[in-house]
Amino acid sequence: MTSTQTAPGRGAARRRALGARAVFAGPGLLYLTAFMTIPLLIVLSYAFLTRGRFGGVKLELTLSNFSKALDSTYLSILGNSVLIAGITTVLALALGYPTAYAITRLPSRWRTVALVLVVLPFWSNFLIRTYAWIVLLNSEGPVNSVLVNLGIVGAPLDLLYNRGAVVVGLLYAYLPLMILPVYAAIERVDPQLQEAARNLGAGKIRAFLDVTLPLTLPGAMIGAIFVFVPSMGNFVVPELLGGGKTVMVGNLIRDQFLEARNWPFGAVLALSVMIFLVVLFAIQAAIGRRINGGARA
Amino acid sequence: MRRRTPAVWVTVAASAVVLAACSSSASSESSSSSAPASPAASAAASSAAPASEAAAPADLSGQTLTVSNWAGYYPEDLAAQVEKSLGVPLTIANHATNEEIMAKLTAGGDSGFDVAFVSGQYAQALNEAGLLEPIDHSKVPNIANLYPEATQLAFDPGNTFSVPYTWGTTGICYRSDKMAEPTSWNDILTPSADNKGKVTQMTTERWLALPALKALGYSINTTDDAQLAEAKDLLIKSKADLLAYDDTTFYSRLVSGEANEVVAWDGWCNYGTAENPDITFTVPSEGSDVWSDTMVILKSSQNKDAAHAFINFILEPANHAWVAENILYKVPNKAAMEEPGVQALFEQYPNMATSPADLLKQEVVVDLGEDSVKYTDLATEVTSS
Amino acid sequence: MRRLGWLSLPLWLTYAFLYLPIAVLVVMSFNASKTPYTWTGFSTRWYSELMSDDLIRQGFVNTMIVAVGATVIATVLGTLLAVGINRYFRSAWLEAYSLAPAILPDLALAIGLLALFALIGMTLGLHTVLLAHVVFGMAFVAAVVLARLGHTDPSLEEASRDLGAGPVSTFLRITVRSLTPAIVAGALLVFTLSLDEFVIAFFTDGPSTPTLPIVIYSMVRFGVTPEINALAALLLLVSFTVVISAQRLTKLTDTI
Repeated sequence: MTSTQTAPGRGAARRRALGARAVFAGPGLLYLTAFMTIPLLIVLSYAFLTRGRFGGVKLELTLSNFSKALDSTYLSILGNSVLIAGITTVLALALGYPTAYAITRLPSRWRTVALVLVVLPFWSNFLIRTYAWIVLLNSEGPVNSVLVNLGIVGAPLDLLYNRGAVVVGLLYAYLPLMILPVYAAIERVDPQLQEAARNLGAGKIRAFLDVTLPLTLPGAMIGAIFVFVPSMGNFVVPELLGGGKTVMVGNLIRDQFLEARNWPFGAVLALSVMIFLVVLFAIQAAIGRRINGGARA
Repeated sequence: MRRRTPAVWVTVAASAVVLAACSSSASSESSSSSAPASPAASAAASSAAPASEAAAPADLSGQTLTVSNWAGYYPEDLAAQVEKSLGVPLTIANHATNEEIMAKLTAGGDSGFDVAFVSGQYAQALNEAGLLEPIDHSKVPNIANLYPEATQLAFDPGNTFSVPYTWGTTGICYRSDKMAEPTSWNDILTPSADNKGKVTQMTTERWLALPALKALGYSINTTDDAQLAEAKDLLIKSKADLLAYDDTTFYSRLVSGEANEVVAWDGWCNYGTAENPDITFTVPSEGSDVWSDTMVILKSSQNKDAAHAFINFILEPANHAWVAENILYKVPNKAAMEEPGVQALFEQYPNMATSPADLLKQEVVVDLGEDSVKYTDLATEVTSS
Repeated sequence: MRRLGWLSLPLWLTYAFLYLPIAVLVVMSFNASKTPYTWTGFSTRWYSELMSDDLIRQGFVNTMIVAVGATVIATVLGTLLAVGINRYFRSAWLEAYSLAPAILPDLALAIGLLALFALIGMTLGLHTVLLAHVVFGMAFVAAVVLARLGHTDPSLEEASRDLGAGPVSTFLRITVRSLTPAIVAGALLVFTLSLDEFVIAFFTDGPSTPTLPIVIYSMVRFGVTPEINALAALLLLVSFTVVISAQRLTKLTDTI
């Protein structure tokens, strides 16, 4: 920083700006450093160490953990996770975006109620809700008995313990994480903007595509991240609704840290996922900037 | 072994049996989960006056106990009974799996636990890591109540760092009204046409490998790569006929009819039997394992005398019998298994009557140190295939 | 009420999807049978058993302490952070950094925090869970607020300052006000996530203060019982009542 050489007035303004920076961003950044960066550095340092014979880590440097991660088993699990999390995200967007849009079109007194109704189920408990799907979908469950009794199907369908069930479970778990940020983004788009566009001769769809969609894209992208990331890391849904027959990255990391007590390899896997996600977000951010740039032009 | 139904209804089930038997069992009033006889009152404690029990080798005043056990794997009012008997406040934390408690115990620093309940091979690992306090036998005289076999288990001969709490084996739990008795692990791995898609296997790595290793005639502690590869192929093929991997809720799948046969621990199959008498346990002819869930004292504990006294309290015949009646697992305590309250359960739950000699015909699970990675890799490759 | 037209379709679809399992759960909480799959008759005994369960009651209190504490701290820190980054840094890197906890595998964060607390010799308890929950809570608030800040007009704040308002009153009266929907949404997110967070809480919690998800997890691993269903139903009822009455009392909607 070279703030000392400036004229008195500008110097004061600068100091104020620096002070404001410190007041606003300081506490948060300090907090993140202490309770995120440092813990992560500890975990990442494990990646270069050797697994202790009975768990924990030994202080012997090695790179073997990294070469193990390139094994085809792990790469195919990563691919599988991306696929499942990706489908979940697309479905969440397809259902969540119009839902959020519809909520913003409600009269204001209903809006909060509608939003609360979106998050309310999540104030019970994730595991219990996931088990509710097992009760619903199992071969002796209500969905199958309705289908069979109505003669729609001859024998109970296998609705559980496959990838489809995993996607349903993940979608159920994270849909609100899509709806809330999208809602926040759409809500602040001035409806007059859309009306103006329409007055200028744009059709309803045109006005939406040209005005609302670009303005709400950042919210939708945040929502997509919020759904995609925990979907990749979730290990409960694949275990319960997937019957343990579908393995995702989350299961893999959990197994390495807990079952195998192989912390170094768990750290490598966690690191790989983080790098993968960072790259993904960098691409997303680049696209986001282009879209925003386009909208302003 | 590791996962149990909530104590609530196990208590209900067990108490019904006990009431029916209505013997001079330790449990007195309305349910088996109620007051066990105080240690001093039980005959085995012999020698001294009641007071000497609590005062035994050391003064426990000022000590507190924090214990981690599997949820539902102990009588509901255990804490209250320990407090009453030893005068030491007891906090019980629950864990669902060995792996979870292991992660907390091995993270470094003081975990805050005095006593932990873990399976034998995990106790072995904790001890190798230098985290366990040696068991001072002079402070746990009730170790004498254990079956001789239980003091010589392969992971800790002589109970130097662990004291067994329960033991048993792994087998097939099945609906006897829907299928003939399975006699081989192949009945799980390649089920008959009627049972395809109505089978569950366990997902925890050592137990995932067990059916295939035994079906092939190998040791469950093998570290031979060729044998493991063979087992892996067999397990991958068996996936086509599998309903799900499950080591937590398999018995309720039998009750609901979702599954016909599941890989199960003996004690847990009993929970199914309690709801439906057609649910039966059997050990395939190729043999199986012996597991034991043990109590260990952490080196970091500030309350080691109280921790020893706690283990001694559990090993009191009346108390250990009270545990068995509540959780329907065999306890390795000869005096406790001879209590009428436990004997009364044998008819309904035949596997509880298995003699130690018969149990020990199976192979004891031990920790494999560095080679345990092979089992993790096998499990990953099988489940993700 | 304005007509939603075709938009009402996804709205109803979403609610049907969200509440179908909830309905199952509530119905099953009145099931006389112990197994989750089969209906054998109506009973309220699980509710009375629930009431006498100390572990669950204590877990509930612990969870509320953590969730409320984490929501307050994370909302304040996250909002300030978002405004700070947006107004004074405009750095994509910092933005990414502040959102990082939301994209971390929770196990990595959990293990790392456990290792950190062990390293500095901090005893584990509710305070360590709270510290941990603020980490990801702050990221979620910052993310939602940043998304809204992206397009707000800084000229309003300039105008306010030109009219002689101090930075604090400008921040409170102009910035916060225009950000309210995002802040509320963010706070709602943190509260919701903290209430139900299991992995991080499991690793950073001490042995004598389990939060409700930890209590439930250890019970539910062995299959859901009607008692657990009853608990979930009660939790829903309580939160629904709280939210509706809070809304009635404060006319929350008017400020949004």
